[in-house]
Amino acid sequence: MLVLAFDTATPAVTAALHDGERVLAESTTVDARRHGELLIPAVEIVLREAGVVLREVTAVVAGSGPGPYTGLRVGLMTAQALASTLGVPAYGICTLDAVAYASGLSEPFLAVTDARRKEVFWASYADARTRLGDPSVDRPQDLPTEPPLVGAGARLYAPDRLAENAPDYPFAGALAALAAERLAAGDELGPARPIYLRRPDAKVPGAPKKVTA
Amino acid sequence: MIPMADEPLVLGIETSCDETGVGIVRGHTLLADTVASSVEEHARFGGVVPEVASRAHLEAMTPTVERALERAGLAFSDLDAIAVTAGPGLAGALLVGVAAAKAYSLGLGVPLYGVNHLAAHVAVDQLEHGPLPKPCIAMLVSGGHSSLLLVPDVAKEVIPLGSTVDDAAGEAFDKVARVLGLPFPGGPYIDREARQGSGTAVAFPRGKYDDGTLDFSFSGLKTAVARWVEAREASGQRVHVPDVAASFQEAVVDVLTRKAVAACRRHGVDDLLVGGGVAANSRLRALAQERCDAAGIRLRVPRPGLCTDNGAMVAALGSDLVAAGIAPSHLDLPADSSLPITTVHV
Repeated sequence: MLVLAFDTATPAVTAALHDGERVLAESTTVDARRHGELLIPAVEIVLREAGVVLREVTAVVAGSGPGPYTGLRVGLMTAQALASTLGVPAYGICTLDAVAYASGLSEPFLAVTDARRKEVFWASYADARTRLGDPSVDRPQDLPTEPPLVGAGARLYAPDRLAENAPDYPFAGALAALAAERLAAGDELGPARPIYLRRPDAKVPGAPKKVTA
Repeated sequence: MIPMADEPLVLGIETSCDETGVGIVRGHTLLADTVASSVEEHARFGGVVPEVASRAHLEAMTPTVERALERAGLAFSDLDAIAVTAGPGLAGALLVGVAAAKAYSLGLGVPLYGVNHLAAHVAVDQLEHGPLPKPCIAMLVSGGHSSLLLVPDVAKEVIPLGSTVDDAAGEAFDKVARVLGLPFPGGPYIDREARQGSGTAVAFPRGKYDDGTLDFSFSGLKTAVARWVEAREASGQRVHVPDVAASFQEAVVDVLTRKAVAACRRHGVDDLLVGGGVAANSRLRALAQERCDAAGIRLRVPRPGLCTDNGAMVAALGSDLVAAGIAPSHLDLPADSSLPITTVHV
């Protein structure tokens, strides 16, 4: 097994390779505005560092969000196209699951990322591997008040509730490890398709405005 | 024409607006041209909604690429290069195509060429009418652009001569269509209505007609049409849509063709190419032909399917870049929503 995983649903542009045993290489750059420029070079870096060629990859995994859409699409489009040239499957894993997995927590918590517009993307977890229900987008003040929080959205809006040593971002090493674990267990992974949670901002226009008074 | 075996096999990807276009060429021979359009999803909004377009590109991309390969009877491994529109266009939409193109390039181990959307609209005509004369004048008219260009060599140098100072020509068609109660996109509907009307029924203004520049202005015309229609309605008179459509259309194509011929004369060039979505307009094609004939200018207009946005045009320009020995793009290539026309490739 050789899993190539990457995530572009947060400001972190992150790629990693996992051979079923361990993370062979990981490359992460935090830059919210350059997902399109940074992703392929990150993939090239991890291939070089791991000393493998793309042809050896057996599955491509992208974080499927939720996350700001423009960046999110870069990862998913790259996964779909790359996998099709390699003749291997492209999978999507919820970005919040990677944040949760890396936390290593064994008690309930919320994974929270920044959704911009003063909102957060979040989901509730029983432990690092077990999500409870679908992800949502809400105002940070409307989050459940009990459990501890992990993720950059928590650091931004509720730093006092942050769990210790929890990651801010869905680092691809964690995403790849989670994918490898699920694949080894024979779990069905979802397709590399986006979780948007919001509709496009667009209004159906009324009658044309008069130009004469 | 049988393609030469040593001509490059190039797959082109176009996502600058609402069409997911994938084309495959060998040299200047078109092998496949597949387009998935999200235009119907935009129609109720009266214009292209960028986020809707970007979402549709992601959904459509890999199936459209597979369909293009199937139509051309080719496998991924046959391709020599990938070309992609790097700009100008809608930022989020461009980015989907650029991400796909980079992944195909990396996955297949073939070079990537990021190209200019407008230069690709010029290059596409070679798929139908053979190599471009060097130089030629190109007029590109679409919903996003109205430009006159001097093209010494489409793979290397494009020089802007003039462009719209406000609305693009196609944008004016869309806005007037709304005023007349016609659907989006307005171009084809106005063209159809206009065939039943008179282009001289209403004397609408021709912006920048005699200003001596090669620039255009269509905003005043659009407002003039709206005023005329409102005045009619206010006085309880019937608005004859075909006449208004024909008169508006005549004003647009009159200015366009007049300035295109002027550009040829000013630069001593005898070849004019008209491209972009508005070049599908039947009256523009007819009047351009008439005026070029009168002026001794050879006119080239690609068939309508190659005038609107498509992937074949990107592949065509990519093929020219390969043939010209231009260095490929780097894989950290950005999408540039305002890429200037002087940058043919990035």
